[in-house]
Amino acid sequence: MVQSLRVVEANARVYKRTWKGSAVTAFLSPVLFLLAMGLGLGSIIDSNPGADGLGGVRYVSFIASGLLAATAMQTGAVEGSWPVLSGIKWMKSYHAALATPVRVSDLVTGNLLWMAVRVTLSAVAFAIVSALLGVLAPIEVLAALPAAILTGMAFAAPVTAYTAIAKDETRLSAVFRFAILPMFLFSGTFFPIEQLPGWLQPVAYVTPLWHGVELCRSSAIGFDTVLDPIAHLGYLALWASAGWWFAQRNLRKRLQP
Amino acid sequence: MHNQETAEVRPADAASGGGDLVTARGLTKRFDDFVAVDEVDFSIAHGEAFGFLGPNGAGKTSTMRMIASVSPVTEGHLRVLGMEPASQGPEIRARLGVVPQEDTLDTELTVNENLYIYGRYFGIGGTVLKERIDELLDFVQLTERRDSRVEPLSGGMKRRLTIARALINEPDVLILDEPTTGLDPQARHVLWDRLYRLKQRGVTLIITTHYMDEAEQLCDRLVVMDQAKIVAEGSPKALIDQYSTREVVELRFAVGSQQNVGHLLDDLAQRIEELPDRILLYTHNGDDAVGAVHERGLNPESIVVRRSTLEDVFLRLTGRRLID
Repeated sequence: MVQSLRVVEANARVYKRTWKGSAVTAFLSPVLFLLAMGLGLGSIIDSNPGADGLGGVRYVSFIASGLLAATAMQTGAVEGSWPVLSGIKWMKSYHAALATPVRVSDLVTGNLLWMAVRVTLSAVAFAIVSALLGVLAPIEVLAALPAAILTGMAFAAPVTAYTAIAKDETRLSAVFRFAILPMFLFSGTFFPIEQLPGWLQPVAYVTPLWHGVELCRSSAIGFDTVLDPIAHLGYLALWASAGWWFAQRNLRKRLQP
Repeated sequence: MHNQETAEVRPADAASGGGDLVTARGLTKRFDDFVAVDEVDFSIAHGEAFGFLGPNGAGKTSTMRMIASVSPVTEGHLRVLGMEPASQGPEIRARLGVVPQEDTLDTELTVNENLYIYGRYFGIGGTVLKERIDELLDFVQLTERRDSRVEPLSGGMKRRLTIARALINEPDVLILDEPTTGLDPQARHVLWDRLYRLKQRGVTLIITTHYMDEAEQLCDRLVVMDQAKIVAEGSPKALIDQYSTREVVELRFAVGSQQNVGHLLDDLAQRIEELPDRILLYTHNGDDAVGAVHERGLNPESIVVRRSTLEDVFLRLTGRRLID
């Protein structure tokens, strides 16, 4: 455990050099999304007589609660891809760490803990923005943070495991193009998945993001979850722990053949 | 670099026998069907500078990675500092310094930050770490670059920084994988000088190289590896005595005339090697051999008499084929 924390510390020291850029993104992107999609698009949707489809909730609040989970997903997936490939291949900082008492398991656990920190920071930034804009209630959005963080880890860990076997960055872009972006659009962030064609709905159920959106929405705006919250949490935890296990296995194969 | 920690080494060494820091018996590394290291035996003593020589792909790096406890042993026995790499990897690595073949520095960070972060992996604390970084920067002549980012540094500076980083935990053994590949002659000499000083302080050095001058400069003892096996072992001088002669005469003939004279030289040296552009006579006395060449009425365009080097041994043992 001590060794994993040293890996966290190393990440924090590197982050000290680059935090400004990522902090700007963390605050700016929710502002833009909520203004454009929520207040802009939302004003049209809310003035539609059939707006009761969202249970009387303003559209901007509806998507804000979903975007909280989607933001965590985005951060988790980004942290699990380029920085990991850099550690393996470009900067080779993983090789450097493994020449010290640090083991592969420490390296993976430490990096995932650090990714949890990054996911938390971006979720908190999102929460602050949505509270300041009056889109979500401060206490409720705070209650949704744990679910958002777990959602982020349900992506960070499996994406790390995938990156550990990825040859180059084109394999990473593919994840975003074919997994992250479709999930972002079709897993209930912007509209209830009941709006999807019948055959697509089961696909949405399988995606971790949908479970994260369900949980965040339930905490932030009081919607009922489709399944028992425990089932949603368990499903996300399963992705996170499977990713953690495979990340160790794949990295060991790649870095210590 | 060396301090009271060495006192702790001794009991473990005694257990492994003979004060050796590293012992390998029948050490084998396979990647699927490919045999990278094939049942090699060697021992490295405390305070020694030990070299692994060999062409690319001979198995040097694979051997080093097993010693550095970052690559599992496929078969055979390996003990490092009296410990078992498979079960005591972290404990072994805590007392090793590693200079990898390719730089693994974080180029976006400063010189100081690179050393600091690496030191923290060994659990070295604030003040001690800061003092050690000061000493090491001075030792590798990078004090003025302390706060520069790593990226714009020259190749030689990056190598020196990597060496400083490898010394941050005051290791008993420093492992260097082709430390001077790609450096200009000045940078190589600075590096050799630093390594020589470390050796004098009692740090055990394990070096792989394919530069013969480097091996002759630095190594007390070395093994020559070829095709996954150790083909010779000894001090540079002993290897030259055993596998070459004291001197070598290099004869160059006018283009096209070399093939007509080869057979006339047969009995002039202990061994004769005909290369496309010259003939090498391996002999104990170069001047006598040159005299004999002239007596036979031969007039080479140029004659060079030189001492045998490790390169002659190396080429004899591993052949002149090109390995890519």
